[in-house]
Amino acid sequence: MKPAAFVYHAPRTLEAALALLAEVAPQDGRILAGGQSLVPAMAFRLARPTHLVDINGVAGLDRLVLDGGVLSVGALVRHAAFHKADAKFGALGALLADVVHNIAHYPIRTRGTMCGSLAHADPASEWCLTAVTLGAEMVAHSAKGARRIAAADYFQGIMQTALEPDELLAEVRLPLLPEGAKHGFYEFNRRAGDFAIGMALVTYQVKGGKIAEARVGIGGIEGAPRRIAEAEAALNGQAPGKAAFEAAGQATAAVVDPIEDAQTPAAYRRDLAATVVTRALERAAI
Amino acid sequence: MTDHFAGAKTYPVPPTTEERTILGKRAVRLEDPPLVTGRGRYAGDINFPRQLHMRMVRSSLAHGVIKSIDVAEALKLPGVVAIWTNDDINELGPVDFRADRGAEILKPYRQPVLAKGRVRYVGDPIAAVFAEDPYVAEDAAELVEVEIDELPVVVDSWATPGEFEPGRSTEGALLKHSFGDIEAAFKKAHVIVELDLFTGRHSGVPMETRGALGYYDSAKDILELHGAAKVPHRNRETLVKMLGRAPKGLHVHESHVGGGFGIRGELYPEDVLVLVAAMRLGRPIKWIEDRREHLMCANQGREQRHKVRIAADKDGKLLGIDDEIFHDQGAYVRTHGANVANRTMCMMTGGYDIPAYRAVCHYRLTNKTPCATYRAPGRYESTFVRERLMDALADKMGIDRIELRRRNLIGKSQMPYLIEFEEQGVEELLYDSGDYELLLDKGLKAFRWDERKVEIAARRAKGEAVGLGIAIFVEESGRGPSDGAKMSVDATGDMELITGGASLGQGFETSMAQIAAEALGVDYQRITVVHGQTDRIAQGIGAHAARATVLTGGAVNETALKLRAKALEFGSELLQLPVGDLDIVNGVIVKKGAPAGGPSLSLADLAKKLTPGAKLLNGRDPHLAVEAWFNTDHTVFPYGIHFAQVRVDKQTGQTVCESFLIAYDIGRAVNPMLVEGQLVGGAVQGLGGALFEEFAYSETGEPLAVTMVDYLLPTLGEVPKIDVLITEDAPSPMNPLGIKGAGEGGINGVGGAIASAIDDAIGKPGAVVQLPVTPQRMKALLA
Repeated sequence: MKPAAFVYHAPRTLEAALALLAEVAPQDGRILAGGQSLVPAMAFRLARPTHLVDINGVAGLDRLVLDGGVLSVGALVRHAAFHKADAKFGALGALLADVVHNIAHYPIRTRGTMCGSLAHADPASEWCLTAVTLGAEMVAHSAKGARRIAAADYFQGIMQTALEPDELLAEVRLPLLPEGAKHGFYEFNRRAGDFAIGMALVTYQVKGGKIAEARVGIGGIEGAPRRIAEAEAALNGQAPGKAAFEAAGQATAAVVDPIEDAQTPAAYRRDLAATVVTRALERAAI
Repeated sequence: MTDHFAGAKTYPVPPTTEERTILGKRAVRLEDPPLVTGRGRYAGDINFPRQLHMRMVRSSLAHGVIKSIDVAEALKLPGVVAIWTNDDINELGPVDFRADRGAEILKPYRQPVLAKGRVRYVGDPIAAVFAEDPYVAEDAAELVEVEIDELPVVVDSWATPGEFEPGRSTEGALLKHSFGDIEAAFKKAHVIVELDLFTGRHSGVPMETRGALGYYDSAKDILELHGAAKVPHRNRETLVKMLGRAPKGLHVHESHVGGGFGIRGELYPEDVLVLVAAMRLGRPIKWIEDRREHLMCANQGREQRHKVRIAADKDGKLLGIDDEIFHDQGAYVRTHGANVANRTMCMMTGGYDIPAYRAVCHYRLTNKTPCATYRAPGRYESTFVRERLMDALADKMGIDRIELRRRNLIGKSQMPYLIEFEEQGVEELLYDSGDYELLLDKGLKAFRWDERKVEIAARRAKGEAVGLGIAIFVEESGRGPSDGAKMSVDATGDMELITGGASLGQGFETSMAQIAAEALGVDYQRITVVHGQTDRIAQGIGAHAARATVLTGGAVNETALKLRAKALEFGSELLQLPVGDLDIVNGVIVKKGAPAGGPSLSLADLAKKLTPGAKLLNGRDPHLAVEAWFNTDHTVFPYGIHFAQVRVDKQTGQTVCESFLIAYDIGRAVNPMLVEGQLVGGAVQGLGGALFEEFAYSETGEPLAVTMVDYLLPTLGEVPKIDVLITEDAPSPMNPLGIKGAGEGGINGVGGAIASAIDDAIGKPGAVVQLPVTPQRMKALLA
């Protein structure tokens, strides 16, 4: 469990980091931020980057600010920054605080970063599910310039994203939730802090006693997180309650294409998809 | 008492804790200060100048013939000093048995130090790289090219046996334990229940992985193994034989140990390699196992299938148990021979009075990691089987689960209770003492069994799936035959107690100091307890099979009493008072009942006087120092009952253990705090095996749990508060302190109790036939 040899770089500016990345990306050069996924993978020699560009010393990447109706999260903002709901962020702050406690364990949350999770794109990542469900925007920088990628286009499969090897995910932009929006998150795993076997994040508003603008996202079930239009359709216009929530769960189970692993058959995850959606909706209703 | 004790030495009922000074008290642990201040010294903390680092090249295939091993590229890497394959060490025999030495027929299945012609499991060591640093060693190991022709694998012990080598079956032995007329028992049975049960493969996963340092002191011609644990003296015996050295030329040293659980501290190929390399390469060798290696290569256990049936008469009285066992030994027979299979069979009947019994065990080799003893070896398995049978029988007969057990428990009046097996060479069991029904009553009350039933009924009415479970078991500990200790008092009054025991974190130093302090009459905190050093004492049993406290504790007691006698003898002469009038209080010899300021002599002052040549000696040995032995022919049998309450989430299949109680009779506790630590720690591991931990393998023998992400140890989030009820109703008559072991009583019944509670929660008696009960398996049960 000793990593293979690599060259370590510690740039101080974003420009320098991007220039380095442009140079080393073709030789499997990688960005090092929190290192909570990459470093263990290197220890197992499953990842063997020849160069590491450590951005921890790059000024300005730890910004966590409101930018109009959007929360801008810089590449060095740690998971732990969301432990306490920031009133400034309204309902979104509360949502992030709910979600963050499901991410691994405390020491990991003080190092790992939200952008790192999004770049790594594990199907069981809570932040990837959050980004998809809320319709976040990824801001990718490279020596050639910056571009914005919508979450719906960004996640492309198990650990597959729209990022190019020479791009650094410098920022993720999360839209604030409307006033009065409800949210619910439910994750199932066998032990506290483990990767999710299945999870759901939902938001909706109640207008005139009916559900409106429902968003239902699932993670851990398929190769990448996604919103389930069929579940959202089953909710919008219905009164919040057991019947609607279970219908949304069933609608989800009917359309998912679950992944399989040695312990967990697809049928188990399909059942679980219904359960986590229904329970997330129940939590939102409390 | 019946004549079962004829010829055995028995002891009167020992004093209770209240009547004692320090023995039996919750004394603060002596070993903690370095451990909680970052000054511990584990194998990884030990370094020698000029040391080389060893890295193993391991098989990535479960079974095959080695066609070629090419080390040329790897040797070119700067910093690589040597790379060995079996050809380089072919004079070394396989790693020998430590236990079960009689199992001649299993000898061909022992593990070579490096694979010889064949690989038999993923992780099988093929070559050893020695390099200047661990990074280079790992780089070089990757460059070693091994060509293997794959062979068919055997992954299930109950499948048709394969070929271990030409002409040799993978069924290493067919073992049997029996008594009574089993055919007749089933013929006259009113009810018969049959089950097909499976205990999943899991093991101890200590925080500290294995580690070994070989150091050769060429000036003294002494070879040293550091990083040892559990059984330093026994391992030295094996190593001396394997390496052809005189015992004085090989010493084994234990440092701090981060958990043992039966698996760490056994002798493995890597231990042998660091020693041989230290001599041949003329430099110290350091090897630290990484976690992935640990989960592929350290001893595993528990995997058994039982096709079992039980017979009872119309009143639910048991008539017989008939079991066919398929025991998965993994790829090789390691240090314990067939011990685990034998312990499974001999402890199967537990605390019940059963007239007939037959167990036949297919002891089989597979292409998976080798197995040996893991905490409560054979007992976790057999208790699961026996208690599953009792639950199934109770359900079939319509008798309450508790009542059925009560009807069949061995009674207090039946003690000592003898179980003799018909097979030659199979050791009898002589349950030394016990009042099982009393513990059952106390346990039911402490767990609030009846009240819980009411609470659960209310929760069920609201749709929850909640249930209670129970498992009753008998443990074994303190197997003989003998152990010794040395003790001395220096001129400052500090004491050194040298034992051949081992400390795996269980509080060995504290408990030994308490025993010695009570017997001698001193402050236990002034006693330094030495353990795990073969150059300090010639003999030692280490720490295994819940043996240390009983056997080494017995030796320490004898030693301290002998030292006391010596001190009082001289004290009597110096104080001019008869021995009978003297006592030792807090390290000072005083006249019994005399007020403060009366005649007295401290042990420190006495030690100063007993120098060599002192007139006072008058022909007797100098120094306030003695050595003594404790001998026993008999194992002692503690017993316990585990109670569990679980909740099952029917949607996800997740089982949550909500409460757990361990009721355990320990005879006499040396330190209840340490006993609780042992019991609770064991129960957590038991929960792991019942609900989470499993070394699963693919059809091709590929291990599926080689990281902590896949091998699920229970964490604080999954473990309820575990309650402990320690009773002292049945002190052992087999040792003067009345003590019985605590190491395995926390884990023994967990699988059985959790299975029982799950059945109850989901309302399907007998549903659980396989451990661990994962959410995925639970969903299948509920489907």
